[in-house]
Amino acid sequence: MKMKKVAYPYILWMAIFIVIPLFLILYFAFTTGDSQNFATFQFSLDNFKRFFTPTYLKVLGRSVNLAFISTIICLILGYPLAYIISKAEPRKRNMMVLMLVIPMWMNFLLRTYAWLTLLGRNGFINFVITKIGFKPLELIYNDKAVLLGMVYNFLPFMVLPIYTVLIKIEKSLIEAAEDLGANKIEVFSKVVLPLSMPGIITGITMVFIPAVSTFVISALLGGNKYNLIGNLVEQQFRWTGDWHFGSSMSIILMIFILITMALTSKFDKEKEGGGGGLW
Amino acid sequence: MKKRRFILLALSLIIVIMTVGCGEKKETINVYNWGDYIDKSVLKDFEEEYGIKVNYSMYETNEDLYIKLKQGGSSYDVIFPSDYMIERMIREDLLVKLNKDNIPNIKNIDEKFFNLDFDKDNDYSVPYMWGTVGIIYNKTKVDDVVDSWNILWNEKYKDEIIMLNSQRDTLAVALKKLNYSMNTRNIKELEEAKEQLLIQKPLVYAYLGDEVKGAMVSGEAAFAVVWSGDAVAMIRDNPDLEYAIPKEGTNLWFDSMVIPKSAKNKEGAEKFINFMARPDIAARNTDYIGYSTPIPEAVEMLPEDIRNSKVAYPADEEIENTEIFHDPSDIITEYDRIWTEITSQD
Repeated sequence: MKMKKVAYPYILWMAIFIVIPLFLILYFAFTTGDSQNFATFQFSLDNFKRFFTPTYLKVLGRSVNLAFISTIICLILGYPLAYIISKAEPRKRNMMVLMLVIPMWMNFLLRTYAWLTLLGRNGFINFVITKIGFKPLELIYNDKAVLLGMVYNFLPFMVLPIYTVLIKIEKSLIEAAEDLGANKIEVFSKVVLPLSMPGIITGITMVFIPAVSTFVISALLGGNKYNLIGNLVEQQFRWTGDWHFGSSMSIILMIFILITMALTSKFDKEKEGGGGGLW
Repeated sequence: MKKRRFILLALSLIIVIMTVGCGEKKETINVYNWGDYIDKSVLKDFEEEYGIKVNYSMYETNEDLYIKLKQGGSSYDVIFPSDYMIERMIREDLLVKLNKDNIPNIKNIDEKFFNLDFDKDNDYSVPYMWGTVGIIYNKTKVDDVVDSWNILWNEKYKDEIIMLNSQRDTLAVALKKLNYSMNTRNIKELEEAKEQLLIQKPLVYAYLGDEVKGAMVSGEAAFAVVWSGDAVAMIRDNPDLEYAIPKEGTNLWFDSMVIPKSAKNKEGAEKFINFMARPDIAARNTDYIGYSTPIPEAVEMLPEDIRNSKVAYPADEEIENTEIFHDPSDIITEYDRIWTEITSQD
């Protein structure tokens, strides 16, 4: 009973800041009219019809594709890193986690902005390259720069959950596997990897969701040349002023994320969750 | 029991202090301006001279300002929208008429900046800054004569061209290149402009907002489409840069001071506008932000290099075939569609 009373403020909080805004977005998504005047709203599915045309689907496809690639890269880079950290002795381990987290103390926007001065045509990297005697590279304002920005910004979200799961794995389980004659590869593939699955799933969701909806990275490092779905939502709210269409795009994006989450959590259930699982 | 009494005492004390504070409250005005668009020491002088406290805050785009105003809940006394936004605000009855008797300094403003389309007779607005849109280019990278928008379509300069990340400004460039009006409502002309921008896209280095300043100053690209005020600042930082107004004509723009309907202190706001239109104050602001003031007397007070700058104060014949942008609300869905098609093109 006591727990329930404690929960009231949180329920209220969730109602005001999560449920009501979500319903507002839904309401906007299924209506048209002057976004600033509720009296003009009318039920309509036009926003969705408009979205399912080649132009917008292409942008959605590009966003999902880039987010997918960056998630894979984060996983390939992040898993070994998390593994190495978890195997280090405690003092070193804490140091390494700290090193991983320190960049996140600085604002996300500033960190992305900093890449401009590194990747620019006359930026630091090209300065070094030309000093050695090579031709300058085109490092910025393309998809590779956007991918780099995503991986750089979201890598800690992959490493940390995997690391948390890895350090919780009972040593005795690994010893048991070894006693039963498993070699190193088998221990990893049959014991460690399956047990760290919840961390991987959490990592994937935590990287994929911000990556698929980002608009800052593609604006700053992509030079607005190839917009992502996040940029189109921003365009509707800030420039065109069509909050209805912007809301329906957000809803579609949310549904998309929900589907990916459902797919990944299906994996998770088979392995009975726990550990660092977030959902 | 004691504790409760103490709390009660503290509470009543707070209430007393608050009410007393209210009674003595100084007159205030809320000023809402573009970011980095004023010499802040001017605000101090205003406070000292008139005894009115200024609450100063900033916005980033006309559209942000519009939504803030339309949503209500905020009360600003002086705001600085651009021409086309003033047109829209007047139409939607969001502004109040100025009492010109309270703004005698309005006589300082150059006649040619009066009676413009967006506000006939200047019933609502007093111009604050003005300027053009043009091409800034790096002399060390360009050996052609820059006098036409066509140069931004020259394949020789592939990946050397920076366009504005703004639907209406970038479309305006393409429309002007085709010798159409930037205020066209003709879908065929807009489609032609779209085709032009799609042809141009492979040559474009990036579509940027404020980042364009850093990129041009550090010499990353040969060309950029910019506002004249920013060009002044960029040339100051990198003398290799030069600014040109293309012969096909361009956009002439104004940021003016207006008073919204929701203003709480209209008289204070008029005092503020009057103060800002005083030549010495306008000169200080102009010197600080680098944009162009519409007050000739203020221009006279500026340092020589700015006063004689062809970028900030082009000759009359140079701005002869410029156009002022009109409120695009009626055609914004077309703009949006065209811009989305351009930015989603591979």
